[in-house]
Amino acid sequence: MRIEGHGLIGPGTVDFSFDGKRLQGREGDTLASALLANDVRLVGRSFKYHRPRGILTAGPEEPNALVSVGQGAGLVPNVRATQQELFAGLAARSQNRWPSLERDVMSVNDLISPFLGAGFYYKTFMWPRAFWERLYEPIIRRAAGLGALSGQTNGEPYEKAFAFCDVLVIGSGPAGLMAALTAARAGADVILADEDARMGGRMLAEVEDVDGIPSHEWVGEVLAELAALPNVRLMARTTVTGAYDQGTFGALERVALHAAPGAVSGAAPRECFWRIVAKASVLAAGALERPIAFPNNDRPGIMMAGAVRAYLNRWGVAPGKEVTVFGNNDDAHRTARDLAAAGVKVVGLIDSRDGVTSGSDYPVFTGSTVIGTAGRLGLEHITIRHNGGIRRIRTDCLAMSGGWNPTVHLTCHMNGRPVWEPEILSFVPRPGSIPGMVVAGSANGVFATHGCLADGIRAATEALAVLGVSAPQVEVPEAEERPYAISALWAVEGKGRKWLDFQNDVHVKDIRLAAQENFASVEHMKRYTTQGMATDQGKSSNVAALAVLADATGRGIPETGTTTFRPPYVPVSIAAMGAGSQGKGFAPERFTTSHGASVALGAPMIEAGLWYRPSYFPKPGETTWREACDREVAMVRSAVGVCDVSTLGKIDIQGPDAAALLDFVYANTFSSLKVGKVRYGLMLREDGYVMDDGTTARLADTHYVMTTTTAAAGLVMRHLDFVSQVLRPDLDVQIVSVTESWAQFSVAGPKARELLNTILDTPTDDAAMPYMGCGPVMVSGVAGRLFRISFSGEMAYEVAVPADYGESLYRLLVAQAEVLGGGPYGMEALNVLRIEKGFITHAEIHGRTTAFDIGMDRMVSLKKDCIGQTMSRRPGLLDDNLEQLVGLRPVAAAGQLTAGAHLFEEKAEAVRVNDQGYVTSVCHSPTLGRMIGLGFLKDGRARHGETVRLVDHLRKIETLCEVCDPVFFDPEGGRLRG
Amino acid sequence: MRINCPHCGTRDRREFTWSGADVALNRPAPDAGEAAWDDYVHLRENPAGASRELWYHDPCGTFALVERDTVTHLVGDAVLAEKVAR
Repeated sequence: MRIEGHGLIGPGTVDFSFDGKRLQGREGDTLASALLANDVRLVGRSFKYHRPRGILTAGPEEPNALVSVGQGAGLVPNVRATQQELFAGLAARSQNRWPSLERDVMSVNDLISPFLGAGFYYKTFMWPRAFWERLYEPIIRRAAGLGALSGQTNGEPYEKAFAFCDVLVIGSGPAGLMAALTAARAGADVILADEDARMGGRMLAEVEDVDGIPSHEWVGEVLAELAALPNVRLMARTTVTGAYDQGTFGALERVALHAAPGAVSGAAPRECFWRIVAKASVLAAGALERPIAFPNNDRPGIMMAGAVRAYLNRWGVAPGKEVTVFGNNDDAHRTARDLAAAGVKVVGLIDSRDGVTSGSDYPVFTGSTVIGTAGRLGLEHITIRHNGGIRRIRTDCLAMSGGWNPTVHLTCHMNGRPVWEPEILSFVPRPGSIPGMVVAGSANGVFATHGCLADGIRAATEALAVLGVSAPQVEVPEAEERPYAISALWAVEGKGRKWLDFQNDVHVKDIRLAAQENFASVEHMKRYTTQGMATDQGKSSNVAALAVLADATGRGIPETGTTTFRPPYVPVSIAAMGAGSQGKGFAPERFTTSHGASVALGAPMIEAGLWYRPSYFPKPGETTWREACDREVAMVRSAVGVCDVSTLGKIDIQGPDAAALLDFVYANTFSSLKVGKVRYGLMLREDGYVMDDGTTARLADTHYVMTTTTAAAGLVMRHLDFVSQVLRPDLDVQIVSVTESWAQFSVAGPKARELLNTILDTPTDDAAMPYMGCGPVMVSGVAGRLFRISFSGEMAYEVAVPADYGESLYRLLVAQAEVLGGGPYGMEALNVLRIEKGFITHAEIHGRTTAFDIGMDRMVSLKKDCIGQTMSRRPGLLDDNLEQLVGLRPVAAAGQLTAGAHLFEEKAEAVRVNDQGYVTSVCHSPTLGRMIGLGFLKDGRARHGETVRLVDHLRKIETLCEVCDPVFFDPEGGRLRG
Repeated sequence: MRINCPHCGTRDRREFTWSGADVALNRPAPDAGEAAWDDYVHLRENPAGASRELWYHDPCGTFALVERDTVTHLVGDAVLAEKVAR
């Protein structure tokens, strides 16, 4: 029921719906306040027993009022109605009920609840064993539940962002505002974050004066000052969710979810996940009120006293017409006082303490407790014990307060354990739990407004000291300094279940059962009863639950201890945490300069790391990749082919000690390489195994260009940095990756030179650039580089130009090649060409092979030290019985070879102990008219000519193969030099 | 976790690649013997507490020697590995 003229909301009306029913709220409402204004009390069904539940709180701790908002793929389940801002067209639906909230079939669970106590499924559904996964668990999961995801891909935008500051202030109540003000006036970079849309914390929910003006007006003045300062950033709707190492915090900002789709701005993300890095921080997160466990304390209409006050004072809503208040502390009296002052009928204030006085008109029952409630879908009556008698009071709203718990959560995220404070019967943060964090105000157990204001200044002063900044003099504003008196009251005995955890349906008896069954440690109790789990993580219930456990086990509360609060403080959508990393964002695409041209030629592109390379170039009439591949191989062997090889790593190495560095990182020698020459290089890891291979060209005395494989480009660059900085800082050498600065194309085939001479400003010939030569060239007026190297076995060149010219050079080369009967070739043909020549790739140098294994042992120079040399000489790595690189060809022309298959002696059984080796690369060779393969075979170099049996257990293939030299084609290399 | 790159200043851990213990700085001579090489290539401490590690700052290509406590998660001084290695 709305009380006109009360509260801080706007006059404008907002239409929304709940479970399809059209309702009207006000600007500034939350969904919860708007529902209460419309006298909607029943908003959900509980997790396990499907009991009717209503709105309990006014904040992030809400366990009951969880709704689904939105439609289809964009649906968001488990939204706390207490935090969802109202907007025009908001359509919210209740959860965990069927067919409707009022008539929920599964509420039968509540009738059989004596059989569904804590751990019931461990005891009841034990046999037969197989039934658990197939039958019991799915049924239990369906019956118990929260909202459901849509199951569709969520295409809505989410973002992540980073922020940096000197002082992060978490919470904008009295302590947070004074802390932010103090730090800001000292000139520090301040971020003030608050989960609420409107800053001010409890000062928006109380009737009191600060510095002689209503507290919410005072809040407005402070915020105005802060907003005007250039060193302050105000982040409303931003919940700080976690505290991490070195002053890093996670925070979730609701950017557009609080408004109608598209209302904020077309491009605004729904949520933004922030990582905030702060040199120091002030935690002013306030406190959360806790319920009292009395019989049937969960009916809709029974709410937290502080929440009732907030709905009244901030939103102008009375949650009932005849309100009762039940508490064990002074704060509950404020609720009764404010309600009465607003004209709401208070039919009774029940205080468990004796001898409490209240100068009020409404009835006050001291030394009394609530021992029962009635009302099927909402509260109708309560029963109280007063002066030894029983009394029934008609009421539609009971405001309860079991005291306040400081919001210590963030201080526990780095293993901090809170400390029991008997004065307030709750836990307070242990100082120093988070390096650089100072806790202030209610979060620190200081509950009076004046105390919070002063504590905020104190905390900011300490936080500034972390930065080495002295704080300015800030006056503490005048405000109330009322004492907070409380006496312990955790559970009230009586007939009926006394609920502790409203979200997980845990009641006092469950905790006692856990203790009785020896789940007496607080962490065991939690897992046995599910106390404190799910979306609210027991924000309102944990302290009372462990008080009950302490009582049941005969220990004190401090000895019982708390469970561990872990991040996040509130649920964070995976979409926000992973923003930007879905789909292509997870694996960004790297395109070569020829990408567009290859795609235009119809080439299917395949991934090579993050790169995309053409697989083959289909011609009209070709129906399979093999036809295109065979044609391209034949084209290179008979005419000329063009292939983009820019993805190979290119590393520029310069300096007086460039040669010395190369001698150290390569197994073979590069200081002896002449200027204008290229050499194949083999790079080892320090353990003696092969890391990578490639060619390195000497462009000048002190200038080399190294190429790496595509796969290992980053690894090798880091390795060179490691060697030059960590192992050989004595070398005067500079290294830089130039992979993306140069576009490089292979031109291979008998007509390679003929093709090149159509684009080079000065024609080349064999004398000017013999095999393994290199040098500068002018390519159609552009300064480039030419390398006479071959990965195909044909006469071949690689021509490099600055990347800006890559696309046009590629198009030019392809066009000229076609004139000569050639054309582009892709990765499939490239692979066939190299297997025919026995050239290795990472299929062979896969991290478990040595130079000895691949037949390059003699390349490991013993005249110098190099990475991996010493370890490569270990006797165990030079044994003839090791698996060595061989070629394989099927004995029968149609025989199949498969990569990954294993090799056995012809007659041996194909089992592990008889394993002789394995196959690494295979292809159909159009040149040789059969399949060929590379593999590793025990003592393979001595077994050329032998027959072995290839067995592929997975594909059910067996093939007799002849072992041969890995070089199948042109072993003399005459074509290379042609 | 944040690490102070000697070139770029304090940066998020995501920018760094862990590169092993500082043992890597003390590469044995080729003739140092099997035991020394076995230690260098294969054997590492697993300290609970103070540790000295190499971290590679990917954006600038710098190896830094970083003091870190594996128990408290405190990250201490970071210096250029090449300064230590010299």
